[in-house]
This record gives sequence, C-alpha cells and structure tokens, in this order.
Amino acid sequence: MSKNASRTGPSTPLIVACVIPILVVLMALPRFVDVYQIQLFTYGLIYAIAALGFNLLLGYTGLLSFGHSAYFGLGAYSAAFLVRYFGIGSIEVYILFGLLVTGLISAAFGYVCVRHTRIFFGILTLALSQVLWTLAYKFFWVTGGTDGLRVAFANLTLLGGLIDFKGRNAYQSFVQSYYYYVLFLFCVCTLLMWVIVHSPFGKALQAIRDNETRAQFLGIPIRRYRWLAFLLSGSFTGLAGILWVPLNGLVTPDILYWPFSGEIVFMTVLGGFRTFSGPIVGAIVFNYLKVYAVASTAYWQFMLGAVLLVLVLALPTGIVGTLARQFGKFRKRG
Amino acid sequence: MNLLETVNLKKYFGDTHAVDDVSLTIAEREFVSLVGPNGAGKTSLVNVISALLPSDSGKILFKGEDITHASVTDRVKAGIARSFQIVNLFDDLTAFDNVTLAIFSRQGKTTNLTALAHLDHAVSAEADTILGQFNLVGKRNERARDLSQGERKLLDVALAYALRPKLLFLDEPTSGVSTRDKGQIMDTIASVVRGEGITAVIVEHDMDVVFKYSNRIVVMQQGAILAQGTPDEIKNNDQVAMVLLGSSGPDAFTRKD
Repeated sequence: MSKNASRTGPSTPLIVACVIPILVVLMALPRFVDVYQIQLFTYGLIYAIAALGFNLLLGYTGLLSFGHSAYFGLGAYSAAFLVRYFGIGSIEVYILFGLLVTGLISAAFGYVCVRHTRIFFGILTLALSQVLWTLAYKFFWVTGGTDGLRVAFANLTLLGGLIDFKGRNAYQSFVQSYYYYVLFLFCVCTLLMWVIVHSPFGKALQAIRDNETRAQFLGIPIRRYRWLAFLLSGSFTGLAGILWVPLNGLVTPDILYWPFSGEIVFMTVLGGFRTFSGPIVGAIVFNYLKVYAVASTAYWQFMLGAVLLVLVLALPTGIVGTLARQFGKFRKRG
Repeated sequence: MNLLETVNLKKYFGDTHAVDDVSLTIAEREFVSLVGPNGAGKTSLVNVISALLPSDSGKILFKGEDITHASVTDRVKAGIARSFQIVNLFDDLTAFDNVTLAIFSRQGKTTNLTALAHLDHAVSAEADTILGQFNLVGKRNERARDLSQGERKLLDVALAYALRPKLLFLDEPTSGVSTRDKGQIMDTIASVVRGEGITAVIVEHDMDVVFKYSNRIVVMQQGAILAQGTPDEIKNNDQVAMVLLGSSGPDAFTRKD
C-alpha cells in the first residue's frame, strides 16, 4: 500500500485495475449490441454526468439540491434555441453557449441558495427551478410551450463539422458516433470531477460538509466555497442537458419540472452518494430501470417507488456503498 | 508588547451578563489560564474574541489593530486560532486529512481545484511532523470519528496549531479524558506551545493543571474578571479560593478534603 493511501478510499492501483477493463468494454460495446442498446447506454452516460455534478453538492458539500432539473433543462434549451433561432448545428457551439448560460444562471441561483443550508437550501433550489419551468411553459411563443423545440440529429455536426449525418443509415451512424462523443466527454468529466474532489478545494468542501464551524475556524470562507461548488455542479449538469438534447431530438418543459430533479436525486442515492462512482452507477442503472419499468407496466411509478423504498430501508449506502462494504469484508477475511 | 487587548468588552444574553466589561491584556509568549466556576463566562469570552459570537460593545485589539468587527476568516488569517470544548473535527476525513486541510488553508491553497492534494509532498511532510508532535502518527489514516476521546482532543489542538497561530485559545483541552491521559495531553500541548513560542490562553477547571502550566491565571466570575496574577498569587488569594472551592485558608488549593 502506498504511503499516502487512506482508509476512506480505494488505492490508486485498484482504481486503475478497475477502470481499464471497463474502458475497453465501453470502447468495444457498439460491436456487440444493437443501435437501440447503444442509444440507451448513451442516455445512461449523459445522466451519469448530471449525477456526478449533482453529487459534488450532495456527497461532497452536504447540500441537497432539489432543483437540478433547472441546469439540465437550461443546457438542453440553450442548444435548442441555437437550432431554432440561429440554425446552428455544431455540437461544440451548443456546448460553449450552453455552458455559458448554465454557468451564469447557476452562479446567480447559487448566490441566493448558498445563503441557507439543509431544508431551506433544498426548498430554494426547488423554487428557482420551478420558476424556469413556468417560463418555459408559459412563454410558448419563444419556447414552444408543451410542444417543445425540436433538435434534429440530421442537422447536427460533431468535431467542428468534420462529422455530419446525411445519406443512408444516417441514424445508425449518428447513434454510433454520438456514443463515442458522449463517452469521451463522460471520461473527461469523470476525470475532472475526480481531480476536483481530491484537490485541496475538494477536501475543503468535505470539511464544510462535516463541520462548517470548524472549517470556518481554519480560515475557509465557507459561503464562497459552497457557491463555487454550486456553480461547478450546475455546469456539469448543464453539460449533460446539452448532450441529451440531440439524442432525444426534442426538449419540452418536462425536463425542467421537479420530478426530473427527483430523478437525479434518485439516481445518486441508488448508486450511493458517499462514493465517487456511486452517481455514475446509479444513473446507468436507473436509466435501465426506468425504461424497463415503463415498457413492462402502466404502473411504472409504483415500481420505481417500491425500488426507492427498498433502497432506503435495505441499502442506505446505495449499490456502490454496499458492494464496497462487502468487498472490504471479503478482503479482511482473505 | 501586548498581543491581545480587550477594552470594556461586553456580551449579554438577555439578563445574563456572559462577558461583563472585560478589559484584559495578553502579552506575547504568555501561557494564561482562564478559570472560574461554571457559567463564569470563560468560554463566552473566548467565543467573542475568536468571533464565534459578536460582541455587544467594547473593543478587541490584536497586535494593536482593531479586530472587533473582523470576520472569523480574517481573525484566523491575522493569527488567532482555537480549539473547542466539545471536539470539533472533520469526522469523515482521516486524521492526516484533517491536519493537511489546516495547512492548505494557511497557505491559501484551498482555492486550488486542479491539483491532487496528496501529491503536495511539502504539505504531507508537514502534516506528518505535526501528527508526530501530537503523538498521532499511528492514527494517521484513521478517520477522526474512530479515534479515542483523548486522541480527538489532541487532534483538535493539532488542527489549530497547524495554522501556525500567534495566539492559541484552548477551550478545556482535557475535559472528558481520564486523569491519567490528562497529564499526557497537557505535557504534549505545553511542549509544542512553549517550543514554538506561541501565546496560549487555556480554559481549564482542573486547578492542578492550571497551577502547573500557566504563567498567569485570570479568574472570572459572573462575566467579569475577579482576580489575576501568578499561580502563587492566586493560590494565596482567599477571595478566589472562596469562589472556586467554597473554602479558604492558606492551603485551600492543596488540601484534599
């Protein structure tokens, strides 16, 4: 074990040993599964980026946001506006503009929200996200109202116009290329988030989570750090929204509505918010769970509710938390 | 030169005069004990000086500068650090991470979010030295919540010390630990504080500890300063003995009855 290994996280060689095979499988995935499955998995990766961002606040800063649909929706609508009003098809432009918009709005919303903690923080984030939902819903002449805005893949270009999707088998090639595009950004986001939570700043956030009074008495300006965490969190989730919209082909106010914020919370808790990889696993599993629940029963909400209940009662540390504990026991015994 | 000076400092909670017109000076390199019966205002005074509580009136001067309205962060940066009566740690972080955080904060590195904390070898080495000074090397990778009460008390002081303060407040550093561990904890703290020339103000109930380690003792009662002086002067002060022990006489503090 290296000198700096700590009991609270897996060691670096273990992480590398886990990550490399997973990456190889993900790279090869389109060779083995059909277009529908690739598409489904791409959704999972996109939600994983959103949940990673969300968990910087919940797991690392100790703030439960109940309004992260706002930033996901802002990202999605920013891209859709570029299509609708400027006819722009470049995903890179969507990303730059969308991140600017989500960054600005999450900075503004965060400035208000981080003045409070606990339930008051949660309620404020919820209220502000509902303001955006109302705007998208009521200003239908700008936002398309409940009809939403279309973002057709046929006009989309990747890598500054190098890749476009015209001609035969266009949809298939879009899904395949887009999968790799999202996978790449997912890896970048995961690496970036991993560095953030292991940086001195990330440690300071965890200190604020554990004991804000003491953090203050170490000279850490807690409100400013919470604000910065909020901004980063919103931007990650915003990026997920930007990537989501070409795949979905359409954005409607549903994506800004509070149940979607709840789904982001659900994913994160499902995977385990006290672990780094929990939100990633949770998002991918949740995506499958929801798709199959919707396909197999009219009472899919009931089914998801039951899963949530079991989760909270039986696996409060989530999938990854529980697995990590079992693995720890196994290692001790072995 | 006076490091800290309070001028007519007041803090009232309704009818309770927690800090009542306290004018106190602390000189550099002093080891001062604040004593008094429960509710005398010792912790309140420390809380006001360290900015956990705002004062109602009066002034606080640190190194000659008025810091009465400075924020906690600014006071920490100026060189005032404290530990807590009820241990205040980052329970889910390791002992090592607790200490490194204090060092990162002191060096202004907590704004850095693009470098890995554990690759900063200078900070790691300093953290290990500090853990060594406080006899916590063996607990380096234990989470703070898994440490014993005595170890938690030491880690709490180590965090404040890692800020390299000019003035260190220690609020009952030995409360809730066994008599045997008390001596060890105080020896550790005293050797570090004296060795580094830090000015220390300690709130303490155990008069044996107070007499053994302090240069000067300040006795508080009902929010005000009742008496102050060297350990010998306080030992022979009948008024103090009455307040602290309920009896007086030449050997009041040493009599075991």
